[in-house]
Amino acid sequence: MKFIDEYRDPLLAGKLLERIARLALSAGRQMTIMEVCGTHTVTIGRFGIRNLLPENIRLISGPGCPVCVTSIHDVDSALFLAGIPGVIFATFGDMLRVPGSQGVTLQRVKARGADIRVIPSAVDCIELAGENRTKEVVLMGIGFETTSPTVASVVRDCKERGIKNFSVFSVHKVIPPALKVLVDDPALNIDGFLCPGHVSTIIGAEPYTFVAEAGSSAVITGFEPVDILEGIFMILGQIREHKKTVAIQYRRGVNPEGNLRAKELLNDVFKPGATSWRGLGMIPDSGLYFREAYRNFDARLRFDIPPLESVEVTGCRCGDVLRGIISPRECPLFKSVCTPLNPLGPCMVSTEGTCSAYYRYH
Amino acid sequence: MRYDKILLEHGAGGLLMSELIAGMFLPRFDNVYLERLEDSAVFQLGGMRLCFSTDSYVVDPLFFPGGDIGSLAVHGTVNDIAVCGGTPLFLSAGFILEEGFDTDDLEKIVDSMARAAAGAGVKIVTGDTKVVARGAADRIFINVSGIGVIHYGGTISPRSIEPGDAVIVSGTIGDHGAAILSARQEFGLRSSILSDSAPLNLLVESILKVSPAIHCMRDVTRGGLGAVLCEIASQSQCCVVIEEKDIPVHDGVRGICEILGLDPLFLASEGKIVVFCPPGDAKRVVDAMRSHDLGRDTTIIGNVCEKGQGRLVMNTSIGGSREVDLPTGELVPRIC
Repeated sequence: MKFIDEYRDPLLAGKLLERIARLALSAGRQMTIMEVCGTHTVTIGRFGIRNLLPENIRLISGPGCPVCVTSIHDVDSALFLAGIPGVIFATFGDMLRVPGSQGVTLQRVKARGADIRVIPSAVDCIELAGENRTKEVVLMGIGFETTSPTVASVVRDCKERGIKNFSVFSVHKVIPPALKVLVDDPALNIDGFLCPGHVSTIIGAEPYTFVAEAGSSAVITGFEPVDILEGIFMILGQIREHKKTVAIQYRRGVNPEGNLRAKELLNDVFKPGATSWRGLGMIPDSGLYFREAYRNFDARLRFDIPPLESVEVTGCRCGDVLRGIISPRECPLFKSVCTPLNPLGPCMVSTEGTCSAYYRYH
Repeated sequence: MRYDKILLEHGAGGLLMSELIAGMFLPRFDNVYLERLEDSAVFQLGGMRLCFSTDSYVVDPLFFPGGDIGSLAVHGTVNDIAVCGGTPLFLSAGFILEEGFDTDDLEKIVDSMARAAAGAGVKIVTGDTKVVARGAADRIFINVSGIGVIHYGGTISPRSIEPGDAVIVSGTIGDHGAAILSARQEFGLRSSILSDSAPLNLLVESILKVSPAIHCMRDVTRGGLGAVLCEIASQSQCCVVIEEKDIPVHDGVRGICEILGLDPLFLASEGKIVVFCPPGDAKRVVDAMRSHDLGRDTTIIGNVCEKGQGRLVMNTSIGGSREVDLPTGELVPRIC
């Protein structure tokens, strides 16, 4: 299939692997590369890439799975909103099985009668709100810069059309501030980052400059196996040249300046603010909140979410997994108690979660 | 039970469903026929070997490219009997209809069932009709049970699988799932993919004619090729190794999977079988299958390695390898 097969070409992959092996040998030391995005983690697992790399290259997974980094407090708030009578809670499928403080999930709340709809796109909320005028449609606004422009566009559209029974519970986050935390963490010594291709389609290359300034490579990388291998090859090249820069491997998708229209849209509807990431804690300017002009669409204002006492699962080390401190196999709960059927932490729930990918593709 | 309410996922053909069957039904119905958990129950009766199977159909939409709920219901049950080596003879049809359901649509569905039954050489000999109030069911649900007679002497079962066996699939996978997905308006996709829903009994007959030593056969259904192979690997306690590059997938199906982020390995088929046979018979079996209309794209996709641990391993297209597990989570509901 055109535009796919080229990036899964075994010959091309083989050649890249040979070059990676040569560069790794000449480096003569252990190197750590973080794949930032959950989709990277899935490709690495699905194509068995980890086993094909030289032993001195360690791939660690980053915080780029939106479901995984959603704080337990936000999950509890979502469960509360979904349970309000008269609310249609619209969500992407991945959120359904994420357990809150009491182990309750949206899936269970749904089986008990809550009106929860799994939607493939935020755009479906417009129709949902139109068809159910006596009800309140609340969208779980989750995702990074890849998803949030669509939500912003739906909100702007609803404002123009005068749709009043629609709001968004925004737990949207932006990637660069989280990367900053990882780059600044002395416990992590990351040589290079495979930066997320789709997020960068929107934000461009400039926001990663601080990574190179701090002495690590930042290569914006696509999601097919050949993309990932080329991204790793480019990082190793920068290590050999002792020259760390922001580079774009995913040239077919990313312009250096990003998508100006999407950025304008995001900036019009949302403003940055501090938000809590699972594993990384509170990070300034990393969350997206509604601007004044769109406050009517803010579910946090429309509904009275009571203060909730949220507690993390004891022993769950999703936080350390999300920072690349440990591999899922080093978590005592992994595979023994925490499985895709009985996920204790969000990294096991989302199909893009690191633990789930390690579980499925070992 | 770990769950106090049934979740959609309990019916999705994945891990949660296996758990429901093992925890709820098996211990209570407890008998040697059921505990084998195969597509049909096989038993001796009056000097004959018979097989008996049942399946319910709740597919949405009712009419999709390449078929409808009626033909799907007949084919599904016929295939469950065929892959046990049985010649399907008689079917029952149970209808649950929602008040207000269009009789024109019912007529189309019943006509389609009649055509499908004639095409498979089976008769629908008994039935039942219930009507429930609007909202108590979604338009129409159909249950089809079937009975067949086994003339084949061997035991077709995962337990018969031996190391060295070839793994053969009768054509492209995921066609039914992709056709249903593209027929659902919520995804806004358009494609020319047709469901592969078809009766496999004649294809199976031609296989059994050329190889007296077929070890195992299964029709690929809701959970896709991946789920069927995981189950077989686990029941046979063998390591099954497949080659990603050899698995036939229609380009349109791959396209839909790429767009929706699905793995064709776990997308439903309704007219494909996997066959396990000794390596010496593989060529004969493949030739016989390819000469049949429903097996034109038959391919050998792997083989069985050592006995001991039941697991499925896939060598990936770029030269890596990984284990494949049963999916968790509801991929796509109401696919059949």
